[in-house]
Amino acid sequence: MVKIHERKFISADPDKCVGCQVCEYACSMTKEKAFNPLKSRIRVVRINQLINLSVTCRLCENPPCVVACPRDALTQSEETGLISVDKDKCNGCGWCIEACDYGAIMLHPESKVVYVCDLCKDKGEPQCIKWCPEEALELVTSDVLAQKARITAVKKLFQEAIEETRSKR
Amino acid sequence: MYGYAGRVLHVDLTSGKTHVEPLNEDYARKYIGGIGLGMRLWLANSKAGVDPFNPENPLILATGPISGTMWPTGGNGHAFVSKSPQSFGVGEAKAHGSFGTELKRAGYDAVILKGKAEKLVYLWIDDDSVQLLDASSLMGKSPGETEDAIKKELGDYYIRVAAIGVAGEKLSRMACIINDKTRAAGRTGLGAVMGSKNLKAIAVRGTCDITVPKLDEFMEYVKEFHERMKGPATQKYRTLGTPENVLVHNSLSCMPTRNYNNSRFEGAEKVSGENLNEKFVAKIIGCSSCAMRCEHMCVVAEGPYKNTMTRMEYETLWALGPYCGVDRLDAITKGMELTNYYGIDAISAGVTIGFAMDCFERGILTPEDLDGIDAKFGNAEAMVQLVEKIGKREGIGDILAEGAKFAAQKIGKGSEKLAATIKGVEITGYDLRCLKTAALGFAVSFRGADHNRHGAYAFDVKGKVNRLVAEKGRGKMVRDMEDTYNLIDSFIICKFSRGTYYKELPDMAKLYTLVTGFDITPEELKRAGERIQNVARLINIREGLGRKDDTLPYKVMHEPIPDEGPSKGAYVSQEELDLLLDDYYEARGWTREGVPTVEKLKELGMDDLIDIVQK
Repeated sequence: MVKIHERKFISADPDKCVGCQVCEYACSMTKEKAFNPLKSRIRVVRINQLINLSVTCRLCENPPCVVACPRDALTQSEETGLISVDKDKCNGCGWCIEACDYGAIMLHPESKVVYVCDLCKDKGEPQCIKWCPEEALELVTSDVLAQKARITAVKKLFQEAIEETRSKR
Repeated sequence: MYGYAGRVLHVDLTSGKTHVEPLNEDYARKYIGGIGLGMRLWLANSKAGVDPFNPENPLILATGPISGTMWPTGGNGHAFVSKSPQSFGVGEAKAHGSFGTELKRAGYDAVILKGKAEKLVYLWIDDDSVQLLDASSLMGKSPGETEDAIKKELGDYYIRVAAIGVAGEKLSRMACIINDKTRAAGRTGLGAVMGSKNLKAIAVRGTCDITVPKLDEFMEYVKEFHERMKGPATQKYRTLGTPENVLVHNSLSCMPTRNYNNSRFEGAEKVSGENLNEKFVAKIIGCSSCAMRCEHMCVVAEGPYKNTMTRMEYETLWALGPYCGVDRLDAITKGMELTNYYGIDAISAGVTIGFAMDCFERGILTPEDLDGIDAKFGNAEAMVQLVEKIGKREGIGDILAEGAKFAAQKIGKGSEKLAATIKGVEITGYDLRCLKTAALGFAVSFRGADHNRHGAYAFDVKGKVNRLVAEKGRGKMVRDMEDTYNLIDSFIICKFSRGTYYKELPDMAKLYTLVTGFDITPEELKRAGERIQNVARLINIREGLGRKDDTLPYKVMHEPIPDEGPSKGAYVSQEELDLLLDDYYEARGWTREGVPTVEKLKELGMDDLIDIVQK
């Protein structure tokens, strides 16, 4: 018997995300009682007007940030996959930042230690998801993500097949 | 202080010196922020009669008290104010996106730009550090290219930039200031004022926290407005968007077509919002902190203008389309993209091209004058070519870049009667001949022809009044709408969200108090809206404008609508205009010449400005 992945993280749907930054404001408001995207654990990237996506921690298996930390300041919870930062050990050297492929772990502008999404564990649910006006953010497992991608792909194939049959008539 | 950063940045481009002064709290409370604060600061920092392109004409950049918060649509706006090179009176334009919020986080309510740099520079505001940097490598670049280049040079992707294009560098009177690639402070030619200072761009990085006095209460209110914004009040903007107006206006015969030769367009179906959304809209995106999203990004998928990408709204679609007789959305989209590229106001560009086409059809402009362009109404390629010429100030474009009014003065031969401008500013997509409440609103608008200073067309279009009749009572209606619109532009919330303020003034007063901590009643807020109208009027009076300038384009007053349908035969006579103006001035408590009285100014607590009317 294999165990289904239970680890959940926040994923943004690129078709729905419009780059409005509401998630950034919701995050900094929740975590820092201030409106300041620089203190948000989720950040928006707008490559051009059509390509917008919010990015945050993906709670990787065997996370590179944890591996990279020379001071063992970062640990990952076996149960939830959340990364926690030991503020006394972290000296802001930035190896974890360099190791993260998603820019999801950042150096806090004031405390000078790194910080990362914790899914708002004290709030019960991630506040960015709650506030997103587009419902573009979702808490997913890697299995669910794969399923969604699969279904979308098959739907597309199916559509093309239909169009092909139509044109042959 | 909450809501306000409490600081105003002064930049002297001539000497390169900058200094910060505390925000005058009296100004903040009386004029709120945005255009209100901007206009008061402009008055305080300028001398009467200054030429718009003189270094001593200040260009003011202002945020509002809501800027930088999470308030939906309110967090993200900024306003530019100066003396307009089109009207020689109030010039003001706002834009949304993510620029205003950054400036607020950098710790400024306003920036006052004076002087003229020796060579092209850009202003880099990095919180407390303010520098003028060489922009010679940015010369000739579009606002979008400038934004990318500055981000690269300064090495931060999240820096926000507002920039002018080549049109602003070359002092085109229709030049605008663009931020976030597609968001324009479009009207009244302020891009040229920026260009006259040799200022290519303003780049900002702000890292300060924005806080509110009672966070939980504020967030409750934000939540409520997030819900309201999902409802019917904003549905239009979230679905078809403003291009929905094309078919609505056409059915009422109130869509100026072919430079006001007609009021309905036989090609309306082809350029309808419905068609645009079906074939061109690729995605609807949103500004920072917005819970609505309205920005319809259009992409041309095939044909000669393939891969064009731009935002599209009704006014710009109308100006480059029906107003030029053009019924091709691919070309209109291309024209729009080019206006963003060169940094010109797409409304003014379209209306000026419509004017040029009218001149061409009447033989006032010859094919030689037009560099061989066959500028017949409806020639889509010609429209696109003329946008390009205007943008570069090349050939005929050099004259047309001055806008319809000044171009007509240069062209002569009776073309003045064809220029559809008010106070030198090109008209927008409402046929004023058959929308008489709107006609009054447009005539008295302090920044020239504009629907965004009053929204009075709503009474006409929605059938709340007989739109074909000029009668007493309209003055009061326009006045009340103006006051509200002044507040919207001084808070700087988005006009598309206005319907979500169900109770209007009480809702806005609650918002103001939640953000600033200053108690304010709806009545006091109303008075602030009135005060802002009066300060704008005082600027225009000081700069020599008056009743004579509260007028309408020649065609609106002399050429009745020829088209069959509900508006046939309509126009606005001088008698009607006089009646409307008298009624409006009376409602405002101004003299018959449209000058605020000393009593009115005292009543509004504007004693410090009385000398303007006592001269």
